[in-house]
Amino acid sequence: MTFDIIRKGAAAAAAMSATSDPDWDALIDGLPQGGINIAHEALDRHVAAGHGAQTALRWLPKDAGPQDISYAALADMSSRLANVLCAHGLVAGDRVFGLLGRQPQLYATALGTLKAGMVFTPLFSAFGPEPILTRMQIADCTALVTTAAIYTRKIAALRDRVPGLKLVLVTDDDAPEGCVALGPALRAASPEFTTFAADPETPALIHFTSGTTGRPKGAVHVHGAVRYHAFSGRYALGLEPGRVYWCTADPGWVTGTSYGIIAPLVNRVTMIVDEAEFDLDRWYATLAREKVAVWYTAPTAIRMMMRAGDDAARGHDFSSLRFLASVGEPLNPEAVIWSNRVFGKPFHDNWWQTETGGIMIANTAAMDIKPGSMGKPLPGIAAGIVETADGTVTELGTGRIGELALRPGWPSMMRAYLHEEARYAKAFRDGWYLSGDLAMRDEDGYYWFVGRADDLIKSSGHLIGPFEVESALIEHDAVAEAAVIGLPDDTAGEVVRAYVTLNPGFDPSAALERDIRGHARKRLGAAVAPRDVVFRKTLPKTRSGKIMRRLLKARELGLPEGDISTLETDET
Amino acid sequence: MTKDDIRDCFLEELVKVAPDIDPETVQPDAHLQDDLGLDSMDILNLVTALHARLGIDIPEKSYPEIATPARAVDWIALTLG
Repeated sequence: MTFDIIRKGAAAAAAMSATSDPDWDALIDGLPQGGINIAHEALDRHVAAGHGAQTALRWLPKDAGPQDISYAALADMSSRLANVLCAHGLVAGDRVFGLLGRQPQLYATALGTLKAGMVFTPLFSAFGPEPILTRMQIADCTALVTTAAIYTRKIAALRDRVPGLKLVLVTDDDAPEGCVALGPALRAASPEFTTFAADPETPALIHFTSGTTGRPKGAVHVHGAVRYHAFSGRYALGLEPGRVYWCTADPGWVTGTSYGIIAPLVNRVTMIVDEAEFDLDRWYATLAREKVAVWYTAPTAIRMMMRAGDDAARGHDFSSLRFLASVGEPLNPEAVIWSNRVFGKPFHDNWWQTETGGIMIANTAAMDIKPGSMGKPLPGIAAGIVETADGTVTELGTGRIGELALRPGWPSMMRAYLHEEARYAKAFRDGWYLSGDLAMRDEDGYYWFVGRADDLIKSSGHLIGPFEVESALIEHDAVAEAAVIGLPDDTAGEVVRAYVTLNPGFDPSAALERDIRGHARKRLGAAVAPRDVVFRKTLPKTRSGKIMRRLLKARELGLPEGDISTLETDET
Repeated sequence: MTKDDIRDCFLEELVKVAPDIDPETVQPDAHLQDDLGLDSMDILNLVTALHARLGIDIPEKSYPEIATPARAVDWIALTLG
C-alpha cells in the first residue's frame, strides 16, 4: 500500500532556505575566557544576556500543580550542584551518573556535572540492578544521583562492587546510610561557580547502547557536540527562543539528553517536563493547556494514541502545535496520516543513534513528507547506502537495500566506545561510519528504514542487546542455554522473546516459564526482560557453537532461512 | 462476582504479566508502574488478559482507573455491575 505525499508548499521551503548552508557555530558563543562548555551555552549565557527570568522548564509533577523554574534558577541550582560535587573531592573528568525520572534535580545534575568539567551519564531509572551495575562498572562511576527508593531497592546491595563510587546523592531530604541528601547540600552550597573551560574535544557525556555480543558500549561525546545539538535542534525541530517545547523521551536515553536537555536549553525554549509516564488524557490536556508548539515523541506513544481513536482527541485545542516529530524506531505511515488528521499537523520522523549524538536524517518543516520515510540528511551530513564485501565498502545506488552509512566529522559524533578501541574502530571503514541499520534511498533522496543488520532488538524505542538478556536468563538455575530475538509487535515495534533449553532435572511448565520471566524482570527491569519464554530441547548452533538467533527469528516469522551452511546442531 | 473474587482474578493476571511480583506482598494502593515496576507494554498485556478473563473492555482513557489493585477492583466491580 502506498500513501499520498504530504505537501508543504513553497512558503515552507523558502522559510528554511536561509539555513540550508550549515554554520554549526552560528548558535554558540563559547566561554568569555576561551574554551567551551555545554552548561554555559545552555544556561549562563542566557542569564548574562538578560533572559534569566524566562521559564527554562515547567515541571508537571505526577500529583501536583506545575512548577516553573527559570533560566536563572536552573543556572543557580547547577552551580550549587557543581560545588557539592567538588566539595566531595570530585575533579574534572570524574563520571557522574544520573538515575532519576523527569524531575528538576536531574537537569541540575546534568548541567552542574558539565559545568564542573565532569562527565555525565544518564541511566534509565526502570533498569533492574544488573544493567545498572554493568554500566557503572564500565564507566568507572564516581558519583551517583538518584532517589532514596531506587538506591535502597537497586543499588545498596551492589554498591561495594563499584569500588570507585565515592558519593551517592539522593533527591530526598532524608538520606539512607552512606548517602548524602541533595536538597540540604544544595541549600548549603554557594551559587557561585567558575565554569570549567573545556576544549571542544573534552569528554562531556557517556551514553550507553547495547551490543549484539559482549557488554553494553559506552559512547563518549564531547563538549563540542553542543554545536550540532544547537544547530539540529533549530533546523530539524524548529526550536526557537521562547517556544514551548515538549520532549517526552525518558532522560535515561540519548534523546532525553540531546533533545530533552541540551538542544532545547541552548536554543532557549521553555521546556515542558512531565514526571508521569504516558497517560492519554493527561497528554492531550498538557498539549492544549501548555500551548505546546513543538512536540518530540516516539512511535510507541503515537500508536497508543491511535489505538484510543480519534474521539479521545476531540474537544482538545491543539491549535498551538507548530511542529511534531518522532524518533526511536520507524514511524509507520498510518501514524503520519492519522496525526495530520487529528492534530492538523503530521508527525515528522527522523533518524539518528546514540553514536551520532544528534539527528542525522529527518523530515523537516520545509520538506514534503513521504509517510513511512525517515526523510533526508540534514545540511552538512553526507549519508549513503553501502555494502561491505571482502572488507571493502562500496556505495550502492538508488533503490538498493544496504547498510546506512555516514561520512564522519559532524561535531556530535561519538569519539570512542569507552575502553573498547577495537569495537570503535570496527564501526568505521573506508571513510564511512557504519550504522548497523539497513535502509534504502529512493529516487528523490528520501531514506527508508528496512531493518537491523544485526541481532539487536528495538522495543518501545529501546535498543536491547540479546546478549545482555541471555546472560541474565542463564543465571536462572533451570536454564542451560538461551537465545533472544525480537518479534514484530503493532505497538512496541518489536517485543523480546527468549528460547531456552533446560538443565537436567527441570521440565517445561507454565509455572517455570513464569519463574524464569520473573527472574529476568528482577535482574533487567520490565523494558528489557523477555515478554515470553519458550522451551526447546536444543537450539540451532553453528559449528563453532554460536547460537543462530536469525534462524530462530526467520522460522518464527516464516521467512527464508538464508545461508545455513554453518548450521551444526538444529533446533528441536 | 464478589470483590474478593475480582481481586483474586486481578492479582492472578497481574503476576502472569509480571511474575517478578509476589502477590502475597502487593499492597492494595501500590501503583502498578511506579511501585511494582510495570511498563506501558505490561499494562497493555494486563488489559488484554483482563478482557479475556472477565470480558471487560478497558479503553485507554480508563487506564488510570486500574493504576492500583484497589482502584482496579473497584472499577472492575462497577463495570461488571
